[in-house]
Formats: sequence, structure tokens, C-alpha cells
Amino acid sequence: MEHVLTYMTFIPVAGMVFVLLLPSKSPNLIRWVSAAFTVPPLVMACWLYANFDPAKPGLQFVEKAPWIPAYNIQYFVGVDGLSISMVLLTALLCFLCIFASWGIDKGVKGYFALFLLLDAGMMGVFVALDFFLFFIFWEVMLLPMYFLIGIWGGPRREYAAIKFFLYTLFGSGLMLLAILALYFSADPHTFDMTVLISQASKFGTQTLSIWPFNQWGWGFQHVVWMALFIGFAIKIPAFPFHTWLPDAHVEAPTAISVILAGILLKMGTYGILRINFPMLPAATADLAFWFLGALGAWNIIYGALCAMAQKDLKKLVAYSSVSHMGYVMLGMATFTTQGINGAVLQMFNHGTITGMLFLLVGVIYDRAHHRDIDGFGGLAAVMPVYTGVTALAFFASMGLPGLSGFISEILVLLGSWQKFPVLAIIGASGVILTAGYLLWTIQRVYLGPLNEKYKSLPDINGREMFTLVPLGAIVILVGVYPNVVLDLLRASLDQINQIVLPHLHS
Amino acid sequence: MDLKNLESLSFFYPELILSGTILLLIVVDLLVRSQRTLAILVVIGCVASLIATFDLYSAQQGWLFHRMIILDNFSLFFKIFALVAVILTVWMSLGSNEIRRVHQGEYYTLLLTCTLGIFFMASASNLLTAYLSLELVSLTSYVLTGFLPHNRRSSEAALKYLIYGGVASGTMIYGMSWIYGMTGSLDYAAIQSALAQPQVSRVALFMAFVFILAGFGYKMVFVPFHMWSPDVYEGAPTPFTAFLSVASNAAGAAIMIRFFFPGVSHMVTGGDWTFVSGIEWPQLLLFVSMITMTVGNLCALNQRNLKRMLAYSGIAHAGYMLMGLAVLNNDGLQAILFYVVVYLIMNLGAFLVVVMIANATGNEEIDSYRGLAWRGAVLPAACLAVFLFSLTGLPPFAGFVGKFLLFAAVINEGGTFVILAVVAILNSVISLYYYAKIVKIMFLDTPDPGEKSLTIAGHNFTLLIPLTALTIVLGIYFSPLIYYTSQSLRFFMK
Repeated sequence: MEHVLTYMTFIPVAGMVFVLLLPSKSPNLIRWVSAAFTVPPLVMACWLYANFDPAKPGLQFVEKAPWIPAYNIQYFVGVDGLSISMVLLTALLCFLCIFASWGIDKGVKGYFALFLLLDAGMMGVFVALDFFLFFIFWEVMLLPMYFLIGIWGGPRREYAAIKFFLYTLFGSGLMLLAILALYFSADPHTFDMTVLISQASKFGTQTLSIWPFNQWGWGFQHVVWMALFIGFAIKIPAFPFHTWLPDAHVEAPTAISVILAGILLKMGTYGILRINFPMLPAATADLAFWFLGALGAWNIIYGALCAMAQKDLKKLVAYSSVSHMGYVMLGMATFTTQGINGAVLQMFNHGTITGMLFLLVGVIYDRAHHRDIDGFGGLAAVMPVYTGVTALAFFASMGLPGLSGFISEILVLLGSWQKFPVLAIIGASGVILTAGYLLWTIQRVYLGPLNEKYKSLPDINGREMFTLVPLGAIVILVGVYPNVVLDLLRASLDQINQIVLPHLHS
Repeated sequence: MDLKNLESLSFFYPELILSGTILLLIVVDLLVRSQRTLAILVVIGCVASLIATFDLYSAQQGWLFHRMIILDNFSLFFKIFALVAVILTVWMSLGSNEIRRVHQGEYYTLLLTCTLGIFFMASASNLLTAYLSLELVSLTSYVLTGFLPHNRRSSEAALKYLIYGGVASGTMIYGMSWIYGMTGSLDYAAIQSALAQPQVSRVALFMAFVFILAGFGYKMVFVPFHMWSPDVYEGAPTPFTAFLSVASNAAGAAIMIRFFFPGVSHMVTGGDWTFVSGIEWPQLLLFVSMITMTVGNLCALNQRNLKRMLAYSGIAHAGYMLMGLAVLNNDGLQAILFYVVVYLIMNLGAFLVVVMIANATGNEEIDSYRGLAWRGAVLPAACLAVFLFSLTGLPPFAGFVGKFLLFAAVINEGGTFVILAVVAILNSVISLYYYAKIVKIMFLDTPDPGEKSLTIAGHNFTLLIPLTALTIVLGIYFSPLIYYTSQSLRFFMK
């Protein structure tokens, strides 16, 4: 299992090629084959979890090979505590989403081929440690995502798909310039992230003499930090770059919404922790309060208020993602052990909880063919099991103790209380807003008198339960015993934190 | 090495083979009327010339014919490029219904003559050869543009091309006369040593360079010398449009690099060049580059005809290539060489799909691509998507690597060039919109009801599949091409 990460990344690519060769007349065969190709990465992810040494802060399962020697580009992959949690999440969600896509019946071959390519791209982003490789994987995801939303999405799918595409390309363009700037600043020129991190002191912080940077006291590091940050903030999505998200989520098919919320959004915060923090520590220390802390707190409140105003159930979940990703940003900005661990745990938890929420929205949409919150009512009477699972997911999302959301949010708030009490108070009041819109939704959709139109809706079926149960189990497990994930993170995150801490003033 | 006429012939055989093929073609055309025979003859001639060119590559370098043309890896690179382009074009012409209606013999003869012109453009080391070769390419191009019989658009395009070309080359030769007046020579090396004297007026020199730029710029298609390109692209027979879009651009880049780099600049250590002192040349090119890519991309947004859209996208790509010239170093030049190669692959590929679809539907309007993927043409549609995303510069396609190298050269230069890089990034985002619009129409839109399934002839797949594969492979593993371009960046200087 020396090349386990390579296998995990490229088995889905092999799957894509294989699926393309299958006859398009047998959709069930295509579905099962696609499912089969997501099993090995999941098994390997479990193996990885079992064999990962959480006490070691550095990289593990490293593979390195020259790729384009002329530019010192390498094939370099590995995982540490930060990425392993995301790798586990990716492997799990991709496996489950294949089953959540079972109902797709238009262009089945294309759908599953693109899905597998997306899977490979996401896995690649989390394991890549060479900047060039990272960027390739980052961009490779865009194409399948564009087609998956654009062909298999809802009525405004074309608008949503191109909006997502343009936003992300703009961000990644800036990121490319930042990557090149770092490449040429390193000596010898390199894309190797570990080398760039070790050379962080070389990336200057003296104020540039160009307007407007001289006004703000920004140096090279700050400018590069900002270029990377915009690229990542679009993915998170942080206000004001979030407007693609509601559109993309609403139009995307269920499984793609799950992937989008569960994994793609995490890439933004993952990138900031993996790249901005250790590579540009001085700029991080200077800019974190405003661009991560304050913006995160604003995201929490803004996302929650927007969610409260929504009439479409899927849009509500989409805005709740904006709100929940705010906790990740707030937690990262604190540079405390609690805050940063809470942030990464929140990334993991948001992946599982929001994954559940989108799957649940998909269940009701498949039956009622609309998602209008006010158009339901009393569903608990006809779909008791479904209502029960939904309640679990909603409570986890609003941070009820005993479920996973609580642990990560409380850690973030504990961390931010030590540094910025005001932001902690704002963040904590976000919990109340979250409870507000979620409980209100439960009341309108599941409680009250039964809408006569829906009295014959069938309850959740076995396939749908199969996709939800593993996520529900993780939500409860992490809620009761958070160390199953936290143990993985601690050492690596402390190491990242230690790089930034000396640069903090006061 | 500075050879006289007869001695030069032994280093001149690629051109001789090509000229021989042209003459043979005229004779054979009288005897046989089969398109296939003529095409095979052309391909054989080109392959023979290609082998001869490879034979000379890296072997020797120097002046030929009393310093009129130059032999070095840089010129051989563009000769190989032109031959590959013409072979692919001939192959594409064989599968095009449009070309079946024209006189084959003349078509191939002119195409090869145009290629011969590109040979001289790449190797000119004297303003006289530079001008003559540029005119040779232009004149054959005018005729080929108007080659479709009884087609108003084609004739109109040829006339426009002729008028613009006349003005541009007139301006250029006027600039050349200034240079001759100031330096007393047409020979690049003599001009360079004369310009080192401080008494040459910098203002006059700047004006002369700008005039010359008009001629080169019209070949490489940058703003404000771009007006001919959309009409010509639309009116000309599609295979020739494809050839023109890559070969004219590359030949323009070649002649421009030859004149402005080893011609008048000085090489300093580490691959940097210094331009004639006292002239803010990089700033001018930087500005032209920004304007060119922005105009190209903005105009492409609202096109209804795919060939026209590709014309504007070609202008934008010329703007990207200019970034490599503006930085005045070898990294930039290497990025340009890399870019012309990947641009050849992806642009020819895109035009090939245009030919295939035009064969089936009879036109090139973007509307006729609606729901293409669901009308029995999923493979051409998918390949076109690959080419268009590659033109956008998305990984893992070759176009990304090309842009990546250009950006790298620009960022490495730093300073005001960072603004150029940011403008180029914004331009890439704009370009995504119109490239993705085609993809949207092919894949995301459902075909109009009553639209029949298309039948695609098999011939063109023999070229389409390799070009697509190459676009992807070069996006992932580009070391060999990097090596080849770095080898090709050897100029002969005395």
C-alpha cells in the first residue's frame, strides 16, 4: 500500500474510462460499475484511517516523483492531519452520492463518467503537495461540475452552471498568479509546498511603493495572500463572493449539491489553512482578524438571516452553508488550539450534516416535485421515518449537544472568546438564528395539519436510507466522542498554528 | 558561416524540395484530375521537405545567399511548424465539401507557395527578404481567401484582405525606408551595429519601428491592424482559414522576433535582451498586448458565426502571445514558441470540427450547433469542447500550459508587468464565457424539435482523434515540447 494516495486519486479516473467504454443501453450496469469504482477509495480511506499515526505532525504516505524537471514540477502527494479528514470525507461522500444519483436517467453514461472525474479531482486537491499539481486538480474539478449542473440540473441550470464556472475561474486565475509569484520568489524556484513553507521568511513584508498598497501598508506577502484568499473565498464562499452558491445549489441535482456543499466548499478553507497560513504567516497574522474573523462572523449572521428569508427548502440549506462556513473562518482566525481544531472539525461536520440535509431535500423533491417550504405541512404523519432522520440532521445543524455540530461550534466559540469576545458573541447569536430558521422550517414542513395533497406520499425507501444512515451514524458518533476526528487533527494543526503565532503582534 | 549563392544550395534543400513539388503539382494537375492523387503528392512533398528540415536541425547555422537569409534552429522551428500545419490542412481539405468545389491543382499549388513564403519569413535576415517573403505569403493568401467560386462573402473577404494588406505592407516598407535612411543598410546585422551609434535620432527610430510593426502586426493580427481577420476568417474556405489562423500568426511572430530580438536588440547574460537604448519598446508592446486581448475577447462575446468568433478569439490569442514579446527575455520567447505549437493543435482541431459540422449542416452559424451532442455527433462535440476549453486555458489541456508559461514569463519580470498579467487573467475569464457558450449550446441545450440526426463522415476522425489526444497529453506531460522549444531558441548571430 505504498502508493495508496495515488490509487485513491486515479482509480476513479480508471473508472471514468471504463464507464465510457460500457454500452449506454444498460444504465444499471453503468450505475453498478461506477459504484464499484468508488468502493476501493473508500476501503483505502478506512485503511488510511487505521494506519495514520496521529501523534506525528508531519506528512505521511508521501509519494514524490519528478514530473516536469525543466520547471521543477513534481508529482508530490501526502496527507497530514488536516488533509486526512477531508480525504475520508471525500471518499465517503463520493461513494454515497453514487447511490443518491441512482434516479438519474438522462445520459447516464455521461453523468457517471463526469462524476468519477469529479471524484478524482477532489481527492487530488486534498492530497496534492506540489502547487502545480494542486492547481491542475483544482481546475480539473470545474469541467465536470459545469456539465453536471448544466446538463442534469433544474430549470435555470445553464445560468447557474456558467455563473459557478466564471466565478471559480476568476478566483483560480488570481491564484495562478500568486502561485507563480511564490515560485519565482523561492530559491531554487519550486512548486513544492513543503519547501515553500520552509522559505516563508523570504517572502517579503516591506510595504510596496505602489498605490494603493502603500496606503494599507501591504507588502509582497499581503498581496499574494489576498490573491490566494480571493481564490479560496470564492470557493468557501465568503461574503461578497457567495452569490454563485444559492444558484448552483438550487439547480444542481441532489448528489451534486451534496458534493458541492460537502466537499467543494471545504477546499476554500482547506486551501487557506494549507497554503496561506504556513506559507505567508506574517500576512496571515496581519489580515486574519478582518478577512477571516470579522468576515466569518458576518458570514454567520448574514447566511442565517438569508436562510430565514428563503421559501425554497434547498436554498435555505444553501444559505445555511454560508452561515456554517462562517464558523470555520472565525475559528481559523483565532490561532488558538480550540479555535483551529474546531474550525477543521466544523469542516468535517458540515460535510456530513449538510450532506444529509441535501439528501433529505432530494428525497422530498423526488416525491413532491417542488421544494416550496410553505407548500408542505404535516409530513410527519405520512413520512414518520423521514421526519425522524430530518430532525436528527436539523438538530445537528443547529448545534444540539450530543450531535457533531455542537462540538465544533463550541470549540470555535471557545477559541474566539479568548481572542475576540465581540466576534464570539456575534457567532454565538448566529446559533440562535440557526435554531430559529431550522425550527421554523420543521414546523412548517413536518408539523401542523397534513396537506391533503400529500397524504399518500410513500416514506423514505431503502436506497435513500442507505445513503443517510452512515452520515447519521457519524453525526452521532462525533457528537458523543469527538476524538475519533479530533485526534487526527491535533498535532498537524498545532504545527500550522505554531508557524503563525510568532508573527502575531500583542 | 557566411555562404555564397552556390554553396548555399546545399543547406537549402527543404525549400528546393518544396519548390520542386510546386512545379510538379502544376504539371500533374494537367494530367490527372483526382483530388486524392494531388493531395498525396502534396503530402509526399511536404514530408520529404520535413525530413530534410529535421536533417538540418541543430546541424549548422549561418547566413545563406550573401546574408539574405539565415539558417538556425529558430528558423527551422518555424519551417517545421509550417510544414506540419500544411500537411494537417491538406488532410483537412480532403474531408471538406467546400474544397471539393474548387480547382484542386491551383488550391494546393497556392497553399504550398504560401508555405514557402513562411519559410522565408522565418529565415529573413535582411529587410528586403523580410518584405518579399511577407508579400509572398500575403498574395497567395488573398487568392486563397477568394477561392470559393460564386460566393460573395469569399470575394468580399479577399478584397478587404487585399486592401488592408496593401496598406499595412505599404506602411511597413515606408518604415523600412526610414531605417535604411538612418543606417544605410538593409542587413539586420549592419542595422544593429549602426543603431548602436548615439547620433541616430531616437524619435525617428521609434516612428520607423512603429511603421514596421504595422506590417508585422497585420500578419500576427493585433489591434489596430486586426480589422481584416473576422471577414477573412468567415469568407475563406474553412481549411484555409484554419491554416491562416495558425500559420499567419506564427509567421508574424517569427518575423517579428527575428527583427526585434537578434535583429536590433542585444543579448545580455541570463537570457535577457536589451532593446535599442532610448526607446520604451516594452511599454508599447505591453499596451498593445492589453488592448489586443481585450478587444478580441470583447468582440468575440456576441458573434453568431463560429468562424467569426474564432477570428476574434485568434486576435485575443495574439494578444496573449505579445505578452511574451513584451518582457524581452528568452523565457517569454520560449513561451511564444510553445504557445504557437499548442495553438496550432487546438485551433486546427476546432476548425476541423467546424468543417465536419459544416459538411453535415451546410453552414457555420452557432445556432446550427444547438443540441449537437444529442443529434448523433457527440464525439465531434466533445472534441470541440476539449479544444475550446484548451483555448480558454483550462487544465489539463495544452492551452493551459501555454498560458502558464506566458504568465510565468510575465510574473517573473515583475513591476508593471503584473498589471498585464492581471488583465490577461480577466481576459481569460471573459473568454470562458464565449467558449463555454458554444459548449452550452452543444451539450446543455436540447435540439430543436424536428432537427434530424447528423451523419458525420469518417475521414475527419482520423485527424480529430489524434489532435484531441495531443491536446490532452501535452496538457499533462509537456517536457518534450519544452525541450524542443528551448533547443529552437538558438539564433545565429555573428
